[in-house]
Amino acid sequence: MKSLIDIEKLINSELAAKIQNSFIKNSELTIEINENDLIEVIQFLKSNERCKFRQLIDIAGVDYPDSEKRFQLVYLLLSHQNNIRIKVSTQFQLNQIINSITKIFSSANWMEREVFDMYGIKFKNHPDLRRILTDYGFKGHPLRKDFPLTGFNEVRYSEKEKKVIYEPVKLEQNYRNFDFESPWEGTNYLKKIKNLEKHDKKN
Amino acid sequence: MTKKTKSLNLNFGPQHPAAHGVLRLILELDGEVVEKADPHIGLLHRGTEKLIEQKTYTQALPYFDRLDYVAPMNQEHAFALAAEKLLDIEVPIRAKYIRVIFCEIGRILSHILNVTTQALDVGALTPSLWGFEERETLMTFYERASGSRLHANYFRTGGVHQDIPLKLIDDIEKFCKSFPKIIDDLEGLLTDNRIFKQRNVEIGIVTKQEALDHSFSGVMLRGSGVPWDLRRSQPYEIYKDLDFKIPVGKNGDCYDRYLCRIEEMRESVKIILQCIEKLPKGPVKSIDGKISPPNRDDLKQSMEALIHHFKLFTEGYRVPKGDVYTAVEAPKGEFGVYLISDGSNKPYRCKIRAPGFSHLQAMDYLIRGHMLADVPAVLGSLDIVFGEVDR
Repeated sequence: MKSLIDIEKLINSELAAKIQNSFIKNSELTIEINENDLIEVIQFLKSNERCKFRQLIDIAGVDYPDSEKRFQLVYLLLSHQNNIRIKVSTQFQLNQIINSITKIFSSANWMEREVFDMYGIKFKNHPDLRRILTDYGFKGHPLRKDFPLTGFNEVRYSEKEKKVIYEPVKLEQNYRNFDFESPWEGTNYLKKIKNLEKHDKKN
Repeated sequence: MTKKTKSLNLNFGPQHPAAHGVLRLILELDGEVVEKADPHIGLLHRGTEKLIEQKTYTQALPYFDRLDYVAPMNQEHAFALAAEKLLDIEVPIRAKYIRVIFCEIGRILSHILNVTTQALDVGALTPSLWGFEERETLMTFYERASGSRLHANYFRTGGVHQDIPLKLIDDIEKFCKSFPKIIDDLEGLLTDNRIFKQRNVEIGIVTKQEALDHSFSGVMLRGSGVPWDLRRSQPYEIYKDLDFKIPVGKNGDCYDRYLCRIEEMRESVKIILQCIEKLPKGPVKSIDGKISPPNRDDLKQSMEALIHHFKLFTEGYRVPKGDVYTAVEAPKGEFGVYLISDGSNKPYRCKIRAPGFSHLQAMDYLIRGHMLADVPAVLGSLDIVFGEVDR
């Protein structure tokens, strides 16, 4: 049984050049890497005798439309032997093609398909990169922040044509997104900010 | 002279009673032997993750009931834990006990459904009739605590919505005393049943290594002999203080997984009884008024409570910046929530890790070389619920 700090040290010393940043926050270990090093880092984490991250839990895509590197992929790995989880995060630009890790973890197949479906991120050397959750012939990538919540098309059964047909979404009322956020006195973290401001004024 | 044979493509589902929901399985058959299986999922996709990004943390919670709808509260639990970890708040001890009681009830709910419908898939009708009666009783417990049988929306960030009614604990205890007998009855029907064994023993074998490679968790992993249970290895809530066993299978076939589920139900009953015995008094939600809403009485008396109530149900609470991954041992396996907060009152991203997703992915590996009639048996023992697979 190793602690998070040991693992962090080990990874940093073994993969020094490939790790851009590593930190422990909320008692979770995250390492940030360049997208080109993905395969080597994941392979190392899986096969290294002291890491033993033998299970890929999930791959999560994140969209930051305002950032220069728009997309982020977070690989969640678990080591049963050490009872430790790790997050491998990588950020990259739109239209960049990422190496598939299906050769290392066969379970990455559907997870990468899901990321492709939801964000439109393409994977190199993926055996079968099809859409997975959305409809056959669906257009767009719904989890991108610029995809509207109501979507573009709706389906209904047409009595005239005797089949299910697609139509552009018609809303009786526009989707309303209320902005309730106010500078209401919040919990500690806001108090901290306030204290800092007070401190600044004094200085 | 050799005869040329062509493999047959068969469309299994999406409307098939043994598909446990809307699964479209495209099978390539050579005679009766399955050569390839390609599951098409997403027919129940509702965009839960997208919807959650548009809602406040309180409003996002009910979506979790609708994922694995046979054990709703276990899902809520993962999300509540994630938000609590980011907020760094303490959950009162009574709330922890209540949560565990209802999580274990959820586990029994799910396992009854799975065991009995799997039996139904291979031809036994009676277990489902017996089992569903018990599920109904358990769902009335859900109803008495939360107000609804299925979509409970009971766990909240910082605790649970309300304290449980006085007599509910007695009734749960009564149920726990009588339920092992029902499990015995179910076992009497199935465990040594010749047909049931013929259909399940040595069907859909998963080796230890393959189970790890395919990201299996829960019973799918334990059935193959990996003693891994998050309640034990990464204990959350009060599981550390409870005494329970983790049943582990030997052969990794459908029959072992069935046995694991049966044993887990017995362990769940034990856990519930221990919780009832230890159940302390006290508050059931965080006393931080900026996160958990005030109770009804205070609303009528206190201006501050009224303001808090208004603010919490319009703006909601804000969660500090950061990302966390929390996982719970749901009945079907590791159910995780990867939550990213940007410091506002809505989650920036909420990735849901559903155990069924990786289990179904391995369908092709599991079923290759088996007979067509084994497809429902394997599918049944995977314990698939499409609410969580499709999200």
